[in-house]
Amino acid sequence: MGKFDNHGLKAISPLGGQEPRVDVFTGLQIREVTDRALASLAARQGSEDAVKSAAASYLGGALPEAASWTEHGVFAAWWMGPDLWMVSAPHDSHELMAADLKQAVGDAGSVVEQTDGWCRFDMEGPRCFDVLERLCNANVRAGKGGDATRTSMEHLGVFLLCQTPGQGYSIIGPRSSAGSLHHALVAAAKSVI
Amino acid sequence: MIINHPILGPRDSQEFTYLGDAALIDRPDWQAEGAADQFHDYLYLRDNPAGEHRELWFHEQGDRSWLVVTRNTVTHEILNVELARDVARARGRSK
Repeated sequence: MGKFDNHGLKAISPLGGQEPRVDVFTGLQIREVTDRALASLAARQGSEDAVKSAAASYLGGALPEAASWTEHGVFAAWWMGPDLWMVSAPHDSHELMAADLKQAVGDAGSVVEQTDGWCRFDMEGPRCFDVLERLCNANVRAGKGGDATRTSMEHLGVFLLCQTPGQGYSIIGPRSSAGSLHHALVAAAKSVI
Repeated sequence: MIINHPILGPRDSQEFTYLGDAALIDRPDWQAEGAADQFHDYLYLRDNPAGEHRELWFHEQGDRSWLVVTRNTVTHEILNVELARDVARARGRSK
């Protein structure tokens, strides 16, 4: 910190733009989301309960159950696998979230900074079902708000978080393949709409 | 083929990859007497039953957990699905 503060550099989005990309279709919008900090949290063997209670007091609410996501104030978290979660918060206010979370859970859990590993696209509008059912295996029409599904779209493993069934979803995929994931989403949208 | 994941419920087998016989969990102790022979058997000898078979599957396009799937190799009926870590711990493996 200090002498590097005025570097004059500007971060680019996963798609390479100065501003997050927005694609608008009739009844559907696909929006690149770049303002979230991410950190993964894994419980160490035998410390599952300790991690859950430490994380709950840091986040202000319990970690999500299997295949779901939850929101507590500025924090959101989703279940990635057995004893493994991803925690997210606004980047501007929580850039150092991984360090804070590690402080909170101590030796009970392992925390990895993940912010630059992923890209996120939010899909909103009444045509979500039609597009998502062409993209992935997840049974979106039977889903409910709060579902978090790890599935694949084309060749990419992604997380699909349901905000509002049929109306709002977040798709989180590998950042280095942001262009391919975006192409898949837009191609599916164009084929439907 | 549908695999009934113990945590996530029924999932299409296309989401999974197959490793092989669940006996791979019983890796020999490399410091044991006769470890070389045990490793030979561990690596090369497999049962090939026509009927019930316990095998390791990986939920690659899902929650990335390892499963022990009991499958009938004749009918492809899936009889039981367990988390591999539960099976391994039940056999005294710590990792």
